[in-house]
Amino acid sequence: MSYETLQILWFILIAILWIGFFFLEGFDFGVGMLLPFLGKKDEERRAIINTIGPTWDGNEVWLLTAGGATFAAFPHWYATMFSGFYIALFLLLVGLILRGISFEYRSKDREPRWRNRFDWMIAVGSFLAALLLGAAFANLARGVPIDADMNYVSPNGGVVATLNLLNPYGLIGGLTTVVVFLLHGANFLGLKLEGEMRERAIALSKKLYIAAVVVTTLLLVATYFYTDIRTKLGINPGITPIASFAALLVTIYFINRKMEGWAFIMTSLHIVLTQVTFFTLMFPRVMISSLNPDWSLTIYNASSSQYTLTVMSVVALIFVPIVLAYQGWTYYMFRKRVSTDKKTLVY
Amino acid sequence: MDPITLSRLQFALTTIYHWLFVPLTLGLGWFVAFMQTRYYQTRDETWRKMTKFWGKLFLINFAIGVVTGIVQEFQFGMNWSEYSRYVGDIFGAPLAIEALLAFFMESTFLGVWIFGEGRIPEKVHLASIWLVAIGSNLSALWILLANGWMQHPVGYVINEANGRAELVDFFALIGNTKGWIFFWHTISDGLAMAAFLILAVSAWHLVRKQNVDFFKRSFQMAALVGLIASVMVFLGGHTMGQFMFENQPMKFSAIEAHWETSAPADFSIITIGDLTGKREIWSFRTSQIGIPGVLSFLACNNFDCEVKGVYDLQAEAEAAYGPGDYIPLMVVTYWTFRIMMTFGFIMMGASAFFLWATRKKDYENAKWLKLVPFGALALPYLANASGWILTEMGRQPWIVYGLLKVQDAVSPNLTTLDLLISLIGYTAVYGSLAFAMVYLMLKYAKAGPDAAMHESVDVAPALVGADD
Repeated sequence: MSYETLQILWFILIAILWIGFFFLEGFDFGVGMLLPFLGKKDEERRAIINTIGPTWDGNEVWLLTAGGATFAAFPHWYATMFSGFYIALFLLLVGLILRGISFEYRSKDREPRWRNRFDWMIAVGSFLAALLLGAAFANLARGVPIDADMNYVSPNGGVVATLNLLNPYGLIGGLTTVVVFLLHGANFLGLKLEGEMRERAIALSKKLYIAAVVVTTLLLVATYFYTDIRTKLGINPGITPIASFAALLVTIYFINRKMEGWAFIMTSLHIVLTQVTFFTLMFPRVMISSLNPDWSLTIYNASSSQYTLTVMSVVALIFVPIVLAYQGWTYYMFRKRVSTDKKTLVY
Repeated sequence: MDPITLSRLQFALTTIYHWLFVPLTLGLGWFVAFMQTRYYQTRDETWRKMTKFWGKLFLINFAIGVVTGIVQEFQFGMNWSEYSRYVGDIFGAPLAIEALLAFFMESTFLGVWIFGEGRIPEKVHLASIWLVAIGSNLSALWILLANGWMQHPVGYVINEANGRAELVDFFALIGNTKGWIFFWHTISDGLAMAAFLILAVSAWHLVRKQNVDFFKRSFQMAALVGLIASVMVFLGGHTMGQFMFENQPMKFSAIEAHWETSAPADFSIITIGDLTGKREIWSFRTSQIGIPGVLSFLACNNFDCEVKGVYDLQAEAEAAYGPGDYIPLMVVTYWTFRIMMTFGFIMMGASAFFLWATRKKDYENAKWLKLVPFGALALPYLANASGWILTEMGRQPWIVYGLLKVQDAVSPNLTTLDLLISLIGYTAVYGSLAFAMVYLMLKYAKAGPDAAMHESVDVAPALVGADD
């Protein structure tokens, strides 16, 4: 394959990894944030955790693989983004550590204070992760100060750089991600829980739906003003953003009719199509320089050599289908609804 | 402190910490998979209990390895962006492959193993623990191939146009001798660590005459594996030393406090140097007890070959790479090597003794057993940490041996404040994790096999009242 084809292929593969991550960890983060609010009694909280218990760790590997693939295929993208978003990523890592350890440890002691502490760590960790990822992606679209040497510049270093991430557009991106993940998580819980818990999840979905429509509209409008899509389009995304918004809008139809499966598919579609829109708008840029358009990182100036991309393509084409197959299989294995019966709960 | 020193300190702390938990995961996974297989074959309840009990400790330990592992992957880009640019073409590949081949496998099937019992066919459940063990060891292989490349770069060219290293031979990268020796040394070390954990916990219960059959079976099994594994660790280490003599002579001589070139070369039993590590104050060497040439033998299997001293190697390095200090901090390399070696030999001797002593039927009454719980645990952890400190500090000032120095690898945009925030943050979070982990480990280890038979602590009789 030609060098350019490989660069495009790897842009698509990394986009797929991020899309998969947002779709899968989207409901994991949502479930995590809802945990202390939706679950009142201990066995209710355990049931909530058990809905994602078997699969959350595998879902998180999508993030690790996206990071690793970016490192291998676009080292400059990896280097600039990870060093530039230093404090934000540090906080993201803390969030992921807090929630990851809590799933495993919270039910291994009977002390209610112990459990309550870990439940809140799950919620706070999930919230931090969703907020920071949303803010980071919004800033990727908006552009960040990158100099001619591809370095993120900030006269006062990364702490100030992180504060810069929390500009109005970044905050809107973070907030939207949090709220959409909450809705996505509530739909997932409606699908996975039973009895009264299921009812509670559906009731919450209805409220979250309104909030999600409001913030998503806000994000759409803000994107028009804060990014350069009016003057510079990567690829025209066509009806993708409209379809994405439509998928979100029709979610309420299915929530009201208790068709949780369809409601969940709709929020999944919304998240996937939003990410597709993001990546088509960016292409072929991967990081936009707000200082000088010529200093932006693209798939052409940030990539690995043709040889490395070829090797990695072979590896990916063999193993990605295998991973997808067994991960899909685990969802099939654990497809049953989760009850609050203590004897059936693991975590 | 400047950002480079802080970045190094942070990398060292997070990596050593991560690596306290991972070797146990690597080794204990095989034990648990073996135990479950034995239960599947024999239907002997004790094997089932062993699977559950040691499996519980495996899970408590595993969780910390997973969550601290994410930090490892991210901090190359976060703290070492110049390094990432320079070597991403090569180093990124094994890292991405590790995630794709190994992380997915171990994480997905761990979930299946924890939640699958009674819900999926027994064979599939058994297969899932094997896949976890294979997946975690596979992940060690890929990260060690990546590290092996940093110690011994192969299969690359320097692209003059963009000033970075580029991969030209993927098979050289994955066939790197250094990486495979690391892998051998590391997986056997993981097995040895798991064996010693089992020995320690079993001895604790045997002294108290609790679940005697259960813990005797565990103890004997661990003694056997501990002996085999620690011999394997030794063989790997010896091979590594000879390979190091070839490709990292400075590290080799710095480990041995070998100042001046000589043939035959003398082995230092104890050397006291000044703290700069550049000058000897007092030394006691094997020639003084009548055995010269031991260091030559370690380097190349004969007692006469020449071993270059650090002073000559420093001069050679300056001629090749320009002025600078190319001698690693010898007070660290010298002593970490000796701690690792000493503890490794004690482990070998101890497991041989355990194996010999357990031939008696009633060894649970033996006095020596009382010493095991305290001694057995410290050995593998200290040996392990020392070994890695030695490996990584021994290649200073290089981050990629002979190609890129640590000082040129750090992210240029980070400030002291950034690093203080993250360093203090990681220390606080990791400290709390250790606290929770040790608490749970002790609780479940002491509660014994009956408590571990239940999925949930809520219905585990042995843990009721034991948790406050």
